Amino acid sequence: MIDIMVKLIDKSQVVGAEHVTKIYGKGEVAFTALDDINISIMSGESVAILGKSGSGKSTLMHMLALLDKPTKGTVLVNDKDTSKMSNRQIESLRNKSYGFVFQQFFLNGNDTVLNNVILPLKIAKIGRRERNLRGIKSLEAVELVDKAKTKAVNLSGGQKQRACIARALINNPSVIFADEPTGNLDSHTGKIVEDLLFELNKKHGITLIIVTHDEDIAARCNRQMHILDGKLIDSKENI
Amino acid sequence: MNFIDILQTASSNMLRSKVRTLLTIIAIVIGAMTITLTNGIGTGIKTYLNQQIGNLGASNVLIVTLTNKSTSPANGPVKYTYNPNVRVSSGGLGKEQLLMNLNDIAKIKSIHNITSAVPSHSLSPDYIKGTGDKYQLTLEQQFGSTTADMVVGRGVNNNSTKNQISIPESYVSVLGYSSNHSIIGKTVTIGVTNPRSVQLTVTATVTGVQQKNLIGQATAYANTTLGNHIYSIRNAGIPKSLTNTFLAAYATFPNNLTTAQINKIKNKLTSKGFTGMTIKDEESTIFSVISAIIVVFDLFGIIALLAASFGIINTLFMSVQERTKEIGLMKALGMSPRRIFALFSIEAILIGFWGSILGVVFAFLIGNIVNTIGRHSFLKDFPGLSLLTFPLNTVFSVIIGIMIIAFLAGALPALRASRKDPIEALRYE
Repeated sequence: MIDIMVKLIDKSQVVGAEHVTKIYGKGEVAFTALDDINISIMSGESVAILGKSGSGKSTLMHMLALLDKPTKGTVLVNDKDTSKMSNRQIESLRNKSYGFVFQQFFLNGNDTVLNNVILPLKIAKIGRRERNLRGIKSLEAVELVDKAKTKAVNLSGGQKQRACIARALINNPSVIFADEPTGNLDSHTGKIVEDLLFELNKKHGITLIIVTHDEDIAARCNRQMHILDGKLIDSKENI
Repeated sequence: MNFIDILQTASSNMLRSKVRTLLTIIAIVIGAMTITLTNGIGTGIKTYLNQQIGNLGASNVLIVTLTNKSTSPANGPVKYTYNPNVRVSSGGLGKEQLLMNLNDIAKIKSIHNITSAVPSHSLSPDYIKGTGDKYQLTLEQQFGSTTADMVVGRGVNNNSTKNQISIPESYVSVLGYSSNHSIIGKTVTIGVTNPRSVQLTVTATVTGVQQKNLIGQATAYANTTLGNHIYSIRNAGIPKSLTNTFLAAYATFPNNLTTAQINKIKNKLTSKGFTGMTIKDEESTIFSVISAIIVVFDLFGIIALLAASFGIINTLFMSVQERTKEIGLMKALGMSPRRIFALFSIEAILIGFWGSILGVVFAFLIGNIVNTIGRHSFLKDFPGLSLLTFPLNTVFSVIIGIMIIAFLAGALPALRASRKDPIEALRYE
C-alpha cells in the first residue's frame, strides 16, 4: 500500500525523449520515421500514442521501450541517458521495469499458460518455486488462474491477451507498453482487456503507454499524443 | 535463464518438431554407429592379437636375422657376387634370406646386455604318439621366459635336464587321454628320422596343455634339453659346416631393461649387420596395418557424420526461422544474445548427444549379436576372440566428438538467432 502511495505522490519523469529522431536508410533513400520528438512521461500517467499506420507511432514506442535506438537525440529513463547504458543494463531494464503487451499476443501455443506468463522471470534467472508462485499471483490479477495448466493455444482471444497482461505484470513493472492491445479482439473482449489495463494504472500506479488508433481507449488516457509523418503534431491532456 | 532452464527449453524445442528432429538424429545414429563399430572391431582384433602374441611368450627375446642389403628380386634380377661365408635361403616372400652361422652367434653374444644367443633350429619331428596312434607334430623350441597361456599345468622348464614338452589342447584326446588333467606328467613318444633314414624315438614328459591360439595354433613347445636331443639325432654324422647354419637366432636380454637400453642393443645389432626384433616390434608392425584399415573404415563413419551435420544445420535454420517471433519476444523481454545463442547451440548439442547415444547403443547390440553368433560359427576357430570390443574411453570420445561436431554445425543458425533484431522479429509474420 505504501508502495502505491509513493508512486502516486512521486510524480517524477519515468520515460522521456529529447530530440529523438530515427532515420532508416542512407543518402537518397533515407526515410525519416521520427523527427525531433520531445516527450516527458510522468510516473503513474496513462498516455495514448495515436496516429495512422505508417505514421511512426510504433517506432516511437519501440524507442521509448528501448527496443530500438534513435539515430539522433536521447531517450531518458528515470532521468538517466540510456545511450550511455550498456546492452546488459538495457536488457535488465526491459526485463525488470517494463511490461509488454502486443497486438499479436506472442504466446507459445504448445506451452502452458503459466509457463508463458513466467517467461520474464525465467529470463531473470529466478528460481522455479518463486516464479510459479508469482505466476499464479499474476494470473489471479487477470482472473485466469483456472487456465494456468491449459495450453496457450486453447485459449480464446481475450484470454490470450489477459495472459499477456499477466506476463507483463509479473515483474511488477513501473511501465507497461501496449501496442494495439485490443487490435485483434472483438469489441466486447477488447473492453475487458482495456478495463484491466486502466485498472492496473489506477490501482497500482503503473505507467501505461498505449499505441492505438482506437479513440475510445485514447479518451480514457491522461494524455493523447498524435503522430503524423514522424512528427508530434498535437498533445492534449484529458481532464 | 539459468543453465537448467536453457537445457529444458532447448530440450522441449527439440521435441517440438518430432519427425524432423528424428530424421536428423537418425543420420547421426548411422555415423555414430559406424564409427563405434569400426573402432570396436579394431579394438577387438588388437586385444585378441595382444593376447595371442603374449602367448608366444617372452618379451625379453630378440629374433635376430642377418640384414639382407641386396635389393629384392621383385625389383628385377640381382647381380651375383661371390661370398663364401654367405649362403642364401629363400625367405618365402620373394626376398632372399641370408643364412647365419656360429660366428654370427658369437658376434651377437659379444654385445653388451645380451645374456644368451642360440640358433633357431628347425626340429621337424616325424610324429608324436601317446597311448594310441601316431600324429604329425609341429614342434618349436621355447625361448626366454615363457608366458604361453596354459589351460592346465605349466610351460616347459629350460633349466631342466629332462626332456619336457607342452602340447596344444587339440592333441590331448588323440594322444589317448580323456581330460587335460590326466595327461600332465605323462610320457609321450616323439619320432625323429636321422640322416641315414632310420626312425628313432625320444620320450618327453608333458608339463602343460596350451590354450588354442591364433598364431601358434597347433605348435608344441620343447625345452632346451629335448630340442638339443632331437637336433642331435636329425644331424648325426653331417659335417658341422652344413648343420651349423640357420635362418635366425634367438637372443635374450635381462627382463628389467629400459626401452632405451633395448634400442641400444638393436642399434648394435644393426651396426654388425643384423636385424633384431622383439615380439613387441612384430606386434606393432601388425598393429599399424590394422590401424590403417580401421582409419579407412572410420572415414566412412566420418562421411556419414558430415552429411548428418548438414542435417543439423538445416534443422536448426528451419527452427530459427519458425521461432523468429519467439526469439523476438525473448529479446524484448530482456534475454541477452549470448543466451539466445546458447539456447540454440544446446539444442544442436542435444541432437548430437541423443544421436550418438542411440548410435553407440545400436553398435553395442550389433556387437553382442555378432560376437554371440560368431562364437558358434565363423569365429569358432578363434577361441577368446570378441570381434567387437568397446572400451569406455573410445565410446566416450565418440559421443563427445559428435557433440562437438553438432555444436559446430549449430553455431551458424544459433548466431543468426542471436543477431535477430527484436523489432524485426516481432513484426515477422
